[in-house]
Amino acid sequence: MINVKRLDTKSLEEHAKVIRRSIIRALTKAGSGHPGSSLSAVDLLVALYYNRLRHNPQQPAWPDRDRFILSKGHACPALYAILAEMGYFSTDKLDTLRQFGSILQGHPCMKTTPGIEISGGSLGQGLSVGLGIALAAKLDKKNYRTYVMLGDGEIEEGQVWEAAMAANHYKADNLCAILDQNGLQIDGFIHEIMSSHPIPDKWRGFGWHVIEIDGHNYASILAAYDEAEKTKGRPTVIVAKTVKGKGVSFMENQVDWHGKAPSKEESERALAELT
Amino acid sequence: MAEMVATRQAYGDALLELGEKNKDVVVLDADLSKSTTTAKFGKKYPDRFFNMGVAEANMMNTAAGLATCGKIPFVSSFSIFATGRAWEQIRNTICYSGLNVKIVATHSGVSVGPDGASHQCIEDLSLMRTIPTMTVIEPCDAVETRKAILAAVDYKGPLYIRLGRAPVPVITKKEDPYTMGKATILRTGNDVAIIACGALVVNSLAAADMLSKEGIEASVVNMHTVKPIDQETLVKVAKQTKAVVTTEQHVLDGGLGSAVASILARIFPVPVEMIGIDNRFGQSGEPDILFREYHLLPEDIILAAKRAVGRKK
Repeated sequence: MINVKRLDTKSLEEHAKVIRRSIIRALTKAGSGHPGSSLSAVDLLVALYYNRLRHNPQQPAWPDRDRFILSKGHACPALYAILAEMGYFSTDKLDTLRQFGSILQGHPCMKTTPGIEISGGSLGQGLSVGLGIALAAKLDKKNYRTYVMLGDGEIEEGQVWEAAMAANHYKADNLCAILDQNGLQIDGFIHEIMSSHPIPDKWRGFGWHVIEIDGHNYASILAAYDEAEKTKGRPTVIVAKTVKGKGVSFMENQVDWHGKAPSKEESERALAELT
Repeated sequence: MAEMVATRQAYGDALLELGEKNKDVVVLDADLSKSTTTAKFGKKYPDRFFNMGVAEANMMNTAAGLATCGKIPFVSSFSIFATGRAWEQIRNTICYSGLNVKIVATHSGVSVGPDGASHQCIEDLSLMRTIPTMTVIEPCDAVETRKAILAAVDYKGPLYIRLGRAPVPVITKKEDPYTMGKATILRTGNDVAIIACGALVVNSLAAADMLSKEGIEASVVNMHTVKPIDQETLVKVAKQTKAVVTTEQHVLDGGLGSAVASILARIFPVPVEMIGIDNRFGQSGEPDILFREYHLLPEDIILAAKRAVGRKK
């Protein structure tokens, strides 16, 4: 039943490359979507899925699985690519991203996509859902864990802090937030649009255990997941500094690559960098 | 004189029953549990009761998360905060995901009274019924509320139940049949059909009695399930009477009247008059005074019925 892959950091890096290539190809085919946020999240997600989560792609609804919620739902191409690689559905489906009739909607949809825990895409809602799942686990005395990925633009939503307050109140130590801190939001740099700094202090103020890492360093990511799992009595947030567009030089740290697909030529340049 | 009981009181009691019967039932409230009466459940089943504080958006999505794990969450607050503050959480996370979350909100309508307009939700039927896949219910009294709450558990999917603060007369009996989605015809007459929900059902019955004395015989339909509306019963009484009045403690836009008019316009057009709140906010005052101010009394329904009858071809 349990299917925990525990790939080493070298294999994880190889997988990340495959995933990044899949993202570029899918977005190019789709003609729209969010490459920057997908690419910044890849390493955190690859480490989670290929080294940490207890889940079973052949049985997505297995009741004791660990849960992952992509609250920054616009990064779903990264998640779709991983779910396809893991066998939740065929990798061919990635070519249908965002198209009419596709199981891969523009933002996550639990009804169409195996492996998606909750429909979403409206920012600020996923941590609350994760809290609900964490509370259900405690009620049922089950030991599965719930991970929720947030963006640093997303935490401008007030609901995130309602959830942060409640998760600490209910001592949800089976809940782990992963903050993909890529420093950009749609309209520009976060410090220019609406500064959410100092981010770690805010979470500490809400009673969370805070781990600060480089979100592209696999050793640090895995160590953080370990530490989160061992932290009892309160929830943990992993504040992961990342680079938006990571892996494709001309997309890195460029606000314009938040929400547009690469052209065919740009796609080829990107794929050449990801070999 | 009928016994007076607030529908919210019946809710708290029904939850206690459910708590015993079904271990998957969990209850969430946003610091209003004494008013919504969920505190009774919280006292008896503390492990399955989550007070989420004054944070409705988070509460709604926490319920969604619980539902993904097989729990049956009942989520309560005042109508305005449940459906207004947390509308998008209900729309995007609960309904779009098709989750089995029961939103039961109290303090709807101007019958909230002295708290005033900020706390008198007169838009919730509209807010909830426009969301695809949502079911919307407004029981007419305490006895029907119990049935609606018990039936909610047997229905799998998102659902909204609208309850009130003020005591209302108990006009239905325990043994009366109740089927979600199936309207009940409380009175039959051939001259006009009054389609009512919630606290306006009793006023509609009173209006029908008075109309009868003037020689106008009215059917009265308790349309407790506002969505999906019982089209069959609605069209049947429209064909029978050829004149319809809708009555609700809600703005005229988007509530029961809109739902009824929309069906009849497409299927069997007849004159429709609407009793409801016409593009105004509520205000402080006792419920009876507010019902007079907002034209929700039997005398208002009588006038509307006469207008509808007068418009028949």
